[in-house]
Amino acid sequence: MNVTQSFKLALKSLRTSKMRAFLTMLGIVIGVGAVIIIISLGNGLTGMVEQQVDKVGINQIYAYSWGRGDGTTMNLDAQQMYDLIDSHPDVFSGVTPWVSGGTGVRQGSLEFEKTKIYGVSEAMYRADTGTTLDGDTLARGRYLQYVDVSRRQNVCVIGAYLEQEAFRGDALGKTLTIGGVPYTVVGVMAQELEELREGGSDDVVYIPYENAMEMSGSRTVTLYQVMAVSRDTVAEGKALLQNMLWTFYQDEDAYYIETMLDQVNMINAMMGVAMLVLVAIAAISLLVGGIGIMNIMLVSVTERTREIGIRKSLGARRRDIRRQFIIEAGTTSAMGGIIGILFGCLVATGIGSVLGGMLVAQLGTSGITFNATPSLGAILISFGVSVGIGVLFGYLPANKAAKLNPIDALRYE
Amino acid sequence: MEHLIELRDVYKIYPMGAEAVHALDGVSLTIDRGEFVAIVGQSGSGKSTAMNIIGCLDVPTTGTYRLGGVDVSTMDDDQQAEIRNKMLGFIFQQYNLIPKLTVLENVELPLLYAGVPGQERRERAIRALERVGLAEKQRNLPSQLSGGQQQRVSIARALAGEPSVILADEPTGALDSRTGREVLAFLQKLNREGDTVVLITHDNSIAVRAKRIVRLQDGRIIYDGDAADPRAVVQPEEAKEEAEA
Repeated sequence: MNVTQSFKLALKSLRTSKMRAFLTMLGIVIGVGAVIIIISLGNGLTGMVEQQVDKVGINQIYAYSWGRGDGTTMNLDAQQMYDLIDSHPDVFSGVTPWVSGGTGVRQGSLEFEKTKIYGVSEAMYRADTGTTLDGDTLARGRYLQYVDVSRRQNVCVIGAYLEQEAFRGDALGKTLTIGGVPYTVVGVMAQELEELREGGSDDVVYIPYENAMEMSGSRTVTLYQVMAVSRDTVAEGKALLQNMLWTFYQDEDAYYIETMLDQVNMINAMMGVAMLVLVAIAAISLLVGGIGIMNIMLVSVTERTREIGIRKSLGARRRDIRRQFIIEAGTTSAMGGIIGILFGCLVATGIGSVLGGMLVAQLGTSGITFNATPSLGAILISFGVSVGIGVLFGYLPANKAAKLNPIDALRYE
Repeated sequence: MEHLIELRDVYKIYPMGAEAVHALDGVSLTIDRGEFVAIVGQSGSGKSTAMNIIGCLDVPTTGTYRLGGVDVSTMDDDQQAEIRNKMLGFIFQQYNLIPKLTVLENVELPLLYAGVPGQERRERAIRALERVGLAEKQRNLPSQLSGGQQQRVSIARALAGEPSVILADEPTGALDSRTGREVLAFLQKLNREGDTVVLITHDNSIAVRAKRIVRLQDGRIIYDGDAADPRAVVQPEEAKEEAEA
């Protein structure tokens, strides 16, 4: 007896009792549906993180250089950092000191208490990509340049919020008071958030880093933002930085290196574990579904005892009967799997659009979307698992059918 | 010459509590190719057990059964299934068609289990249906046919595999007398065309349509001979009772 024949027969018996077939499948439908929903939403979240990271840049390395803090003045000089970066052009593509200048921005009589002041170098802006190391773009004017930084000129680049609030949208060439000192606005960053907000990421001022150090009273740069050439050189870059800082300080507490890649990996690992737990819970439903199939198949074997007897009298061997029932169980649960996959995709898209909308609004970042679709792999695996469950739980009833004595089976009323 | 069916000293013993029931009590029987034999007996005579053993649905407790020269009395389930598939065609009282399969699919079944490829299977099944005059009903379901037609389909199914023996178990039991006669006439026709037919029945009037009658009683053969012989249809016990009365 060939497989296609068994398969056709299985479809036939599913068609003849639709309600029963559907109820039999329900466990599998729910189980597979739940797995698909969980995986889809998980993929959506992972995708969001990826997009966020892409925007900031997966190549980012943050090197904290606090010094030993034992009263010694020894601290890494910015030039040493530059030398390291410059000597490894195949690993690093840029570095900028990152100095927080605190707050204290005024324009005429207007006070901006929440505006953040950052001190950076001209290397913050990359002419080749037209973006900062953070991935932001300029809307107007220019970025800080080498002369501005080396001569500690009083020029600044401001965020879109500040331009709007302090200059009514026209800031280039105007003067802003930062830390009591007048600065000339030379550039304006493109708007980042969908809505301009006080204290948001559009409410910033970038000035030459040594100016910011002066302002905050710190004598050293404690944070460098380093850019690796690509995702693949992040680990090597991290090792180079660690090596240099260790050689310099001989003290692990004096520095710390953090990469965006590590953070992303950590987030992904955490989400992976969370998803695994959820999928495991959903899998219980698949188990219950499998038992449901086994139950119905046992009933079906009893109901069709006479048919089994007839088939045996005509020469069906045990394996022919067994295969017929296993294929029937497999087909039932495969159908359940397909319905579950469709149902899961539908619900995931529904939940995804609501939840995704909320998340994106919450984060307030533009250009990031939440896309809750399952991967093809997840769909194929779900389908495979549902077929597998049918075959597994169909085996016992099928074996029972195969072992029936033909005389008793023929006599069965 | 080798016999087609050869039962030698066959016993079938069922344990029944403390006692043992001898369903067949030392039966020896040979049937040759081209014969039309009726195995007759009342219920409890052992004819169903004989039919099960001849049909390779069961094995004897002791004794040997050779079918087509092969000892089948010690075969396991699957080996017996293959013998049934290749050598035997069953016709049952209740037709035993599978209700959700079409007429053609039902007739194809033995060929399916024999591993005959699709095209050939269909052709052979249609030829078998043509022999019973039901080729035009091939797409119908059994339930759309009359009882006589269903029995003819089951005959076609028995013929499809071109078996050595056609084994008919009370083939007219569920039919009215006219249709029953038609079915019997058909079995006679098959026999004339060369098929070996073994008919199992409790009904003398049906048994006499065969050429040879084997009468069973209490698991033993009490008559084996020409169907035309008047002794073939006499129930010895009945005769005794009548004589006593």
